[in-house]
Amino acid sequence: MESVDSDAMLSLRDLRVSYGEREILHGINFDVKRGETLVILGGSGSGKSTLLRTLVGLEKPSSGQIWIKGMDIATISQGEMDDIRKRIGMSFQGGALFGSMTVGENVALPLREHTKLEESTIEIMLRLKLEQVGLAGFEYYMPSQLSGGMKKRAAVARALAMDPEILFFDEPSAGLDPIIAAGIDQLILELKRAFRMTIIVVTHELASAFLIADRMVLIDKGNVVAIGTTEQMRASTQPRVRQFLDRIAEPEVARELDYLQMLTEEHRPR
Amino acid sequence: MELVSQIGESVTNWFAYLGSLATLGVRAAYYTFVGPFQGRPLRLQRAVSQAMDVGVRALPILSLITFFIGLILALQSAYELRKFGALDLVATAVAISMTRELGPLITAIVVIGRSGSAFAAEIGTMKVTEEIDALETMAVSPIHFLVTPKFLAMIVMLPCLTIWANSMGILGGALFGVLQADFTWGRYIRASIDALFLRDIMTGLIKSVMFGITITAVGCLEGLSTGAGAEQVGRSTTRAVVMSIFLVVVVDLIFTVLFFFVGGG
Repeated sequence: MESVDSDAMLSLRDLRVSYGEREILHGINFDVKRGETLVILGGSGSGKSTLLRTLVGLEKPSSGQIWIKGMDIATISQGEMDDIRKRIGMSFQGGALFGSMTVGENVALPLREHTKLEESTIEIMLRLKLEQVGLAGFEYYMPSQLSGGMKKRAAVARALAMDPEILFFDEPSAGLDPIIAAGIDQLILELKRAFRMTIIVVTHELASAFLIADRMVLIDKGNVVAIGTTEQMRASTQPRVRQFLDRIAEPEVARELDYLQMLTEEHRPR
Repeated sequence: MELVSQIGESVTNWFAYLGSLATLGVRAAYYTFVGPFQGRPLRLQRAVSQAMDVGVRALPILSLITFFIGLILALQSAYELRKFGALDLVATAVAISMTRELGPLITAIVVIGRSGSAFAAEIGTMKVTEEIDALETMAVSPIHFLVTPKFLAMIVMLPCLTIWANSMGILGGALFGVLQADFTWGRYIRASIDALFLRDIMTGLIKSVMFGITITAVGCLEGLSTGAGAEQVGRSTTRAVVMSIFLVVVVDLIFTVLFFFVGGG
């Protein structure tokens, strides 16, 4: 475990991930401290979703190390990985609730699979979890009867079922209207305050990112461009960070626009 | 040279595909037969509801199809037997071809259409909506959770459906026998039972278990290997049906050859 900070909940060392021949992540390094909320920012195709999938063990790294709770998940066995997975929660972009089960059964699934709790205890726990995400009384609804925001909340309840130490979010506000999205941000803030959970969020929503983050990482084309607190990011003069935060279009595209303008100007009546 | 390398590549792909099928089948068999003794209980409730879907709900359409097949078989064999004045052999011909071959095969094809495709579509949709990923991040094996109940339902229900299909086929033949060949219902059934050996029925049932394993493995594998996007689910479903029909016929051939040489027919 050389060079791994003991205070860190999760540490990445030179993490590389490839799909076939194409390398998506080119050596990622950062630590996530216990109890902090880290937001992974990045544009479409930056590799941020691949990074998240790798962190929860859905993709295998081609090289490098991922330390979670003192174990390198890049090298451990399936059984050890499952033990780690019981202590993390993941909220997927579309919720990924099981359509053939009620909301309550969805939330209770990890408990029924991994614990020997009495059915009555599980009932109480699933009500508690649903209450925490503001869905009290919805346990008998089917996922198809819920709105987009409610599905996300139910997915968070399911991710919380096993009282995870690390909670992962994939694009929590994607596809939601601003009010519902703000509600999800609020929920994340409440979880952070109430449980001191380590939370890792992948998003490209700047407003939401600055609201919930303790620290941020900006990923671009498979590399970490910048890492720092929200204040450090706001004050950064790094061109790529400024471009992302100030929402400036790619220079190539801008040049194309210039070119278009030049063409049209020639035909302008004098 | 290019042709050779292309042939080589498709042969390799074929073996890889068969390898994945075998892996899936072995893992499902492990969770079905070994897992319960290692503290991974079977999901009997899910298996029973799958069995309802796979078996009981298939009964009406399967009955109708095999009844007609039995009738067709009787008509076709009568066409030839009539020339020898041996119309009373119709019962034997129908009984043997139903139990040894057509009962299991028609049942398998009906089940592929109803359930093999449904397995691929269900698991494929779950793959597209990240539900399979969600299972994995919850440390729940998708094979244990999704494939094993289907596997169990299929290996129990296919032989049951096959027995039913055999009976319906014989009834279809009996309709012809009664109307055209001076049989009574009772005499036709008795003639059919007399014509059959236990071996005929058993070889058909062994085949049907193998068909059940094949259909489940193909349907679930196609579902699990679905790519991103809704149109991929359609593609997986189509592939599951075509592949299952092909492999069921191959398995049928293998076992028929085996029974021919080993069991003396």
